[in-house]
Amino acid sequence: MAKEQKWELRLYIAGQTPKSVLALQNITKYCKEHLEGRYSIEIVDLLKNPQLAAGDQIFAIPTLVRKVPEPIRKIIGDLSNEERVLVGLNIRPLSSKTKT
Amino acid sequence: MNQPKKLFPKTPTGINGLDEITEGGFPKGRPVLVCGSAGCGKTLMAMQFLVKGIIEYNEPGVFMSFEETVKDLAQNVSSLGFNLDKLAADNKLRIDYVRIEKTEIEETGEYDLEGLFIRLNHAINSIGAKRVVLDTIESLFGGIENAGLLRSEIRRLFQWLKDKGVTTIITGERGDGTLTRHGLEEYVSDCVILLDFRVIDQIATRRLRIIKYRGSMHGSNEYPFLIDENGIAVLPITSLKLDHSVSTEIISTGLPALDKLFQANGFYKGSSALVTGTAGTAKTTLAAYFALSSCRRKERVLYFSFEESPDQLIRNMMCVGINLKPYVKSKLLVVHSSRPSLQGLEMHLLVLHKLIESLKPKTVIVDPISSLITIGTNSEVRAMLVRLLDMLKVNAINAMFTALTHQPINETMDLSVDAVSSLADTWIKLKNEEESGNRMRNLLIVKSRGMGHSNQMWNFLITDKGIQLNSKEVITKKNNTDAIASGNKTKRKKFSAVII
Repeated sequence: MAKEQKWELRLYIAGQTPKSVLALQNITKYCKEHLEGRYSIEIVDLLKNPQLAAGDQIFAIPTLVRKVPEPIRKIIGDLSNEERVLVGLNIRPLSSKTKT
Repeated sequence: MNQPKKLFPKTPTGINGLDEITEGGFPKGRPVLVCGSAGCGKTLMAMQFLVKGIIEYNEPGVFMSFEETVKDLAQNVSSLGFNLDKLAADNKLRIDYVRIEKTEIEETGEYDLEGLFIRLNHAINSIGAKRVVLDTIESLFGGIENAGLLRSEIRRLFQWLKDKGVTTIITGERGDGTLTRHGLEEYVSDCVILLDFRVIDQIATRRLRIIKYRGSMHGSNEYPFLIDENGIAVLPITSLKLDHSVSTEIISTGLPALDKLFQANGFYKGSSALVTGTAGTAKTTLAAYFALSSCRRKERVLYFSFEESPDQLIRNMMCVGINLKPYVKSKLLVVHSSRPSLQGLEMHLLVLHKLIESLKPKTVIVDPISSLITIGTNSEVRAMLVRLLDMLKVNAINAMFTALTHQPINETMDLSVDAVSSLADTWIKLKNEEESGNRMRNLLIVKSRGMGHSNQMWNFLITDKGIQLNSKEVITKKNNTDAIASGNKTKRKKFSAVII
């Protein structure tokens, strides 16, 4: 069931800062490993589209937003800690299985 | 006196009284910290700053809210006549609600708050804002784990706002022993304002104090402020100078017989008179005469009644032949009745202040001023009366205060008398004496600054035609019963006969 799930992610950045570049590299890597073929990443550069920041309540840069599946989850930072990102996005089926 | 030099440009706040205290407003293009405990009016002050900026100074503003939604904010201030929706539609106001839901946020790795900067920048640029409010940025501490990063980002934000040249109000909740919970005052070094909400003897008082204002003169006292249907109004107490000009013009007391007891035939215009006496000594009647005389000169009277409602006052004065009704109808006489315990002393003073400002009366009567004493301490009452008298003097308003004294005649012990008597220019003492089963009313002028006055104790009657001052001294004991005390004519005659 969960395998059919599509993941729609959105990464908010503000220009090509080292943190933003790192975040994009990280999330692309994780997605390839765990969600191959079942994800899309949209990149929003707030320097170009500042009006988009309010919609997803963005205050920190970079911010990764999981739009689908719901509910919305946000991860702020350069996403360097893989474990936390996967838990945060609820990607790992293993961890959800241990829960009762 | 030299005009105070303007050290740097200021942004008028549009808040009544605050501009006077800050000598022109907030420092232009710099952040101002407004702090205080919950419910002290921070958000309202900030909103008023923005809205007045738009309406009165044509300076668009951005409100970044971390606590209340746009809808809530608009609703909360709509009762003050602020229409936020319209201002937003006119591109004069932007409200951005920043919601940080900790449960849906995970932190990993490095980040900054550039998103906030971008939002703010976008809002400011889209309407050309000159004023910004951050209410209250401390909420971020609840949503972000990395406090160290947050602090450095907040510092950067304030510097950024300064570089941007917008005048900013940053609000902060008061912490334990610190001005704000997370020490925002460390980052805002230009101007810090503390709002306080205190309950003393079950009466709430709001106060404002400027803790610091770098590079500018400012009043350093605690100033009472009021939140009413017009928003926040601060009462500046700085004008305590004894340099008001005086008049040599004479006005009538309203009672020709009483006028004659003064060398100049009345009070000086713009002076203050105090009428003291125990209960039932006709203080209010004298005050009504004074009101009447002002009305006859077509000068507006503001009558503060702390004991009687307007209708009651009119009815009661009617029975001694003083008809105030037509003047009340034509708004020449405005009676403002309220219970002393309704609000704190400062609030009463503010209400007086505001009414005097809006009605611009030539005569003000406070009846009785002693009622206010029940709600304040000695020094408070005195300070308030000084301020009130000062304001009246500066505006050249004729004033009359009545004060209830207590028997025995230890008047110097009485707080109100003590406080007012040295400030008042004229002091009239009323007394009731019981003698041979009858009451005698006496009147004595204790002082009258700048003119001679009768030194005798006068006795008087109250009839249905008003006060009748007997031209004889009290010791002659002639005709000294009064109509109200013993309305029976035959009895009175009999009494007179016995005396003679």
